[in-house]
Amino acid sequence: MRIGLFATCLGDTLFPDAVKATAILLTRLGHDVVFPPDQTCCGQMHINTGYQREPVPLVRGFADGFGDASIEAVVMPSGSCAGSVRHQHRMVADRYGDAALRAGVDAVAAKTYELSELLVDVLGVTRVGAYFPHRVTYHPTCHSLRMLRVGDKPLRLLRAVEGIDLVELPGADSCCGFGGTFALKNAETSTAMLHDKTASIAATGAEVCTAGDSSCLMHIGGGLSRIRSGTRTLHLARILAATRTTPDVLTEATA
Amino acid sequence: MSTFLGMPAPPPRSPYGTGNLRGDRAFPRAAHDGLGNGQLRRNLGRATGTIRAKRLDVTGELPDWEALREAGSAIKTDAMNRLPELLEQLEREVTERGGTVHWARDADEANEIVARLVRATGSDEVIKVKSMATQETGLNEHLESVGITPYETDLAELIVQLAHDRPSHILVPAIHRNRDEIRQIFLDRIPGVDPGLDNVPAHLAAAARRYLREKFLTAKVAVSGANFGVAETGTLAVVESEGNGRMCLTLPETLITVMGIEKVIPRYQDLEVFLQLLPRSSTGERMNPYTSLWTGVTPGDGPRDFHLVLLDNGRTAALADAIGRAALNCIRCSACLNVCPVYERTGGHAYGSTYPGPIGAVLTPQLAGMHAAKDDPNNSLPYASSLCGACFDACPVKIDIPSLLVELRHQHTERTGVTPERLAMRAAAAVMRRPALYTAAQKASGLGRVIAGRDGTISRLPPPLSGWSDSRDTAAPPRETFRSWFASEEGTAALRAAAAEHDAATRGGHGTTAPGGDHDEEDAT
Repeated sequence: MRIGLFATCLGDTLFPDAVKATAILLTRLGHDVVFPPDQTCCGQMHINTGYQREPVPLVRGFADGFGDASIEAVVMPSGSCAGSVRHQHRMVADRYGDAALRAGVDAVAAKTYELSELLVDVLGVTRVGAYFPHRVTYHPTCHSLRMLRVGDKPLRLLRAVEGIDLVELPGADSCCGFGGTFALKNAETSTAMLHDKTASIAATGAEVCTAGDSSCLMHIGGGLSRIRSGTRTLHLARILAATRTTPDVLTEATA
Repeated sequence: MSTFLGMPAPPPRSPYGTGNLRGDRAFPRAAHDGLGNGQLRRNLGRATGTIRAKRLDVTGELPDWEALREAGSAIKTDAMNRLPELLEQLEREVTERGGTVHWARDADEANEIVARLVRATGSDEVIKVKSMATQETGLNEHLESVGITPYETDLAELIVQLAHDRPSHILVPAIHRNRDEIRQIFLDRIPGVDPGLDNVPAHLAAAARRYLREKFLTAKVAVSGANFGVAETGTLAVVESEGNGRMCLTLPETLITVMGIEKVIPRYQDLEVFLQLLPRSSTGERMNPYTSLWTGVTPGDGPRDFHLVLLDNGRTAALADAIGRAALNCIRCSACLNVCPVYERTGGHAYGSTYPGPIGAVLTPQLAGMHAAKDDPNNSLPYASSLCGACFDACPVKIDIPSLLVELRHQHTERTGVTPERLAMRAAAAVMRRPALYTAAQKASGLGRVIAGRDGTISRLPPPLSGWSDSRDTAAPPRETFRSWFASEEGTAALRAAAAEHDAATRGGHGTTAPGGDHDEEDAT
């Protein structure tokens, strides 16, 4: 399958390893990964902070860049960006765009997937050939869980990883407190939520906390680092792309 | 001669400065108190955790729960779409059955109507059963100011009233208090209470009961709220747990019900839907212990005089807006509060309104406005959410609260003009729409490695990012972006190797790393 890869602004700039892992994994599974070079950001940060006029060019750029009919599916290693493309771009197109933009947005939204959705629903695979002999706990990020309804797809992928010791995270479905600019506008409340999340993670004794969103992992990882818990964060794509011959380098583990 | 109808104008919001729809501090500042109060955090965490689990149990056992939510949403949406017609029908039916209907534009009018009706009975005290509408209008304060003493009879409301406190929750107003605090409040404030009172819940309830029983038997006037008003029959409904409400509704000679106009439902049969949705969503019970329905007056049975005060107070203004209209569907079950991670940590007082939590963050700015002044505390409410979406999942009438919050944020930024934040957002969008500029900006972000120093971690950032770095470390930006890796020799080689792995596996049929992937049906998980 010819798959368009959207790196997301955060993934491209700050967490390229998660995007590399996504590209390598899909290529290893026999797919043709293309990277439309004009891509930048989905505009979610703008929309969620209350700005819908400013991201119109971003929404248009996304629809144009991935609108190419030869791209059969669009994937991104981020539940919240996939949620924004599927649910928020339409809102922006309706308010500030035109009929052509709305049509473009709808066409791209219909073929946009977060990584675990693409693997399980579209490519029909749960065992991706990964090997990761570590104790791991999984945090289902809010937008994956409630905007995309990925359900247990990430867990099914993780359970099929060879050597993994998967431990349940207590209170897994509670928000970690990131919420984009929420972490700045309501820093104290965000911190209170983060403390509960990092305490739950530390209590599992896991070496690694994984999730499908680099943004939430940046928040959780920053909190774990501050309390020196010893638990690292690692994007789901990196665990799925780790094999016996090319293991992920845990010593450099950040999201 | 034609009637001059005046210039078209938007319907009025709840007026500034009256009632309890606006706090005195912005949410982040007001939240500081609750966040710093360990006792409150523990009380709230325990209480909301318990209610959450109970709710999931009783909603999970209904096979048609989702269909019920759909029905509830559809009935409320229908009611909001033809509110004027339904309210006139309700007025007609109540009047025909011997009741009197009053219309109140805002909190002041509602308070004056109630005070006038109480004075007309010659009484200088009223008993009250929990009513959000009168909490919203500040009726108790108004009655006291004109020499009438109100007595709250709902146990939690009584605790809040005796402590000169404000409710912190829609359904469990004293959720922020534990039994030791309640014991102390009773010892300090209930006249003639047993000085040996301990903190056993049954003993605390008994102390409150002794105090209230005398009021029930002597009061001539009661003020109630209403969960539903049925247009078809003129029937009012109150749903409660303690039976104190039923005493208020049946014993006094005069009953005054204050109801927000959005509480009207079209048909008697609609109660079937809401009486399943409401208790399960709010207290996690299959059915609440007491459901009282009354229609007008009945000679020889119950109050001889019944008044219904229909309160607008910004509801028509909310109705005129698509966002506000959706928020008016709320049936005040409080399920969204109990699942909200923000509410759980800050408590209800941080929201500054009778309506706290996720629905309050939507409803309060709708009723009272949020643009009157730059520093209006209500401006901060739409941002008091991480948009985690738990509230939408819990809402029995399927109000999409996260989307409404995003829309309110948009309305707010559209009206505030140019701010440093807007300039930053504009600049970010301007860079991101030009891939060449974007690439240059990505290179500049590599400067972060300089601040990070040798351990690769940034632990202190300047404002406005200091709120972030106060409690989180940040890894230094990597040397190379994804796009430059993808275009590089190294990236090309890595992807070529990955493709070769796939080819080798498909040729070999069963490679050890199985890059072709096993299909779902082969996976026994």
